[in-house]
Amino acid sequence: MLEIRNLHARIVDDGTEIIRGLNLTVKAGEVAAIMGPNGSGKSTLSYILAGREDYEVTEGDIFYNGQSILEMDPAERATSGIFLAFQYPMEIPGVATMEFLKVAMNEQRKARGEEPLKIPEFLKRVKDAAALLDMDMAMLKRPLNVGFSGGEKKRAEILQMKLLEPKLCVLDETDSGLDIDALKIVSEGVNALRAPDRAIIIITHYQRLLQYIVPDSVHVLYRGQVVKSGDKSLALDLEANGYAGVIGQAA
Amino acid sequence: MNIHTTPQRTPAETALIDAFSDRLSLLPGDGTVMLKRDDAIEAIKSGLPTRRIESWHYTDLRRLLTSVPDFDPTAVVKAIAPVVEGSTVLPVLNGVSSTKVPDIEGIAVQRLSEKLTDGSIAPGLDPYGTDDAIGALNTAFVADGYFVDIADGTELDKPIELQNLQAGGQTHVRVAVRVGAGAKAVIVERQAGEGAALVSSVSQLLLDEGADVTWLIVQEQPDTATHLAQFKAHLGKNAKLTLFVMNAGGKLVRQEIVVRTTGEGADFTLRGINLLAGDTHTDVTMVLDHAVPHTASTEVIRNVVTGKARGFFQGRINVHQYAQKTNAKMACNTLLLSDDGEFSTKPELEIFADDVVCGHGATVTEIDHSHLFYLMARGIDEKTARGLLVKAFVAEVIEDLDDEAIVEALETRLDGWFLAHG
Repeated sequence: MLEIRNLHARIVDDGTEIIRGLNLTVKAGEVAAIMGPNGSGKSTLSYILAGREDYEVTEGDIFYNGQSILEMDPAERATSGIFLAFQYPMEIPGVATMEFLKVAMNEQRKARGEEPLKIPEFLKRVKDAAALLDMDMAMLKRPLNVGFSGGEKKRAEILQMKLLEPKLCVLDETDSGLDIDALKIVSEGVNALRAPDRAIIIITHYQRLLQYIVPDSVHVLYRGQVVKSGDKSLALDLEANGYAGVIGQAA
Repeated sequence: MNIHTTPQRTPAETALIDAFSDRLSLLPGDGTVMLKRDDAIEAIKSGLPTRRIESWHYTDLRRLLTSVPDFDPTAVVKAIAPVVEGSTVLPVLNGVSSTKVPDIEGIAVQRLSEKLTDGSIAPGLDPYGTDDAIGALNTAFVADGYFVDIADGTELDKPIELQNLQAGGQTHVRVAVRVGAGAKAVIVERQAGEGAALVSSVSQLLLDEGADVTWLIVQEQPDTATHLAQFKAHLGKNAKLTLFVMNAGGKLVRQEIVVRTTGEGADFTLRGINLLAGDTHTDVTMVLDHAVPHTASTEVIRNVVTGKARGFFQGRINVHQYAQKTNAKMACNTLLLSDDGEFSTKPELEIFADDVVCGHGATVTEIDHSHLFYLMARGIDEKTARGLLVKAFVAEVIEDLDDEAIVEALETRLDGWFLAHG
């Protein structure tokens, strides 16, 4: 489903190279975890997949279902099924959350040639998804993410993911800022989305989240490259021994 | 020795002076009113204001008013649906009020032409200050409008919409509203039309003790119209006025807001949005006098500028010497969406009291790229996402009004503008 080949990318503003020859393949149905120390390029990778303009790909390519996505803008990538759950979701004053959800869902439907959702059907879907994530509907009447706690923002991201039904989900440090109860709820939300035709990439610092969302593969990112790949036991190994060992081998 | 030279009259000045001679016999008014009209046209004869007059710094009316249309008494325009559904509409069509006034308990409505004829409105025709060009233009030519008196203690359950619709040519309209002690009302001042018009419009509002009024100015003139408007209010003891101004049209627009707190505990809120497009000029000028102790005001103006539009906000707050414990806050924020547009802000605080809290701030921004990215990352195309963000920027001010029916009605007007100018 996703194939990243020899990717090099830098920050447009100052030219700093962050991704330096990264290779990664994720198949449909797979849950892949990307781990690595601070500054290894994990969040940058998630932004590049979503199409943020602050980064520039200088070499290599990203194939999604066999097609390069480098020329697609963020909206085109999203309507083709790529979803990024942000580490720090933006607060957008003045945009009502419900209005935003409706526009986003209907824009995606439009791009797929489907009719816009009728209001009752839209409301039902939002209510059902919110109930699963133990979210209060009153929260969704507020402006998008404004005044949400860290945990509420993360739940709102997963809510959007459920409603938009993407094919490639990228979760950037979704566990940060969550207490243990919220972590369980969010993990259940993600696990419910596991499907044979869907791939999920979990970017995380800690093994903690992977106790709840068990990955099929684990990849260690360091200095903009995948330096080691393995199965879920690699995550346990990292937890026990730290990154030093793995990084040492790579260096 | 000073040598006074009268500069050569502009075509617009000449046209106004000629029009006055032509119209004089048709204008209603007793002796006092007619004398005030004479004074007013004398003021115009001495010249329209230029940028050398500080309060007209951004709007050099003498230079900008390039032509003056003729009066067209035969032009026809029909009343339109009110902004807030179910409102009582008081129409002024092509400068003429309706002979049928609604019969609502607690409200007395009179045609302004009658108040001019019997002279009872005369004191209200005086200019304020020395550079009151809009007041002078209106006093010289005003023929109609309404006088509305809301009795003490009346609580209106639906808004009143004063609908001033031009049909091209010149219209000069005035409305005077008194809101009695403890009375509560929502009043919409609608300014629209379809012609190459010159409009002067003056609204006078008097709030008695404890009156509570929300006044919404919705200005949607076509881009062929010159719209010169003045809103004047006096706030008595514990009176509360929320003034909302939306400018979403007009070729040359000047909206003056002149507010004075005359009773302790008075509270004034101004919320304004200027939606500016095309090759247009819009000037909102406020003069607020905190004239007694313990009064409060907040002003928030939000502007969206596209095309080659030019916008200006002058906000002057005078805190008089005895007006201790005044609390005044003013903010003007602009979203600049084109390289050719401009918006200038001039806050002026003149404070003679020593125990007050006054502040002002101004920002100019573009669309926040991280917000745009977030929306696009959910599949919303760039144009739609930009539209959402621009609307959000001004919708925040509307939501401050805190009344669902009004918020919804104004957002509909907003959507209309974005549809036409997105």
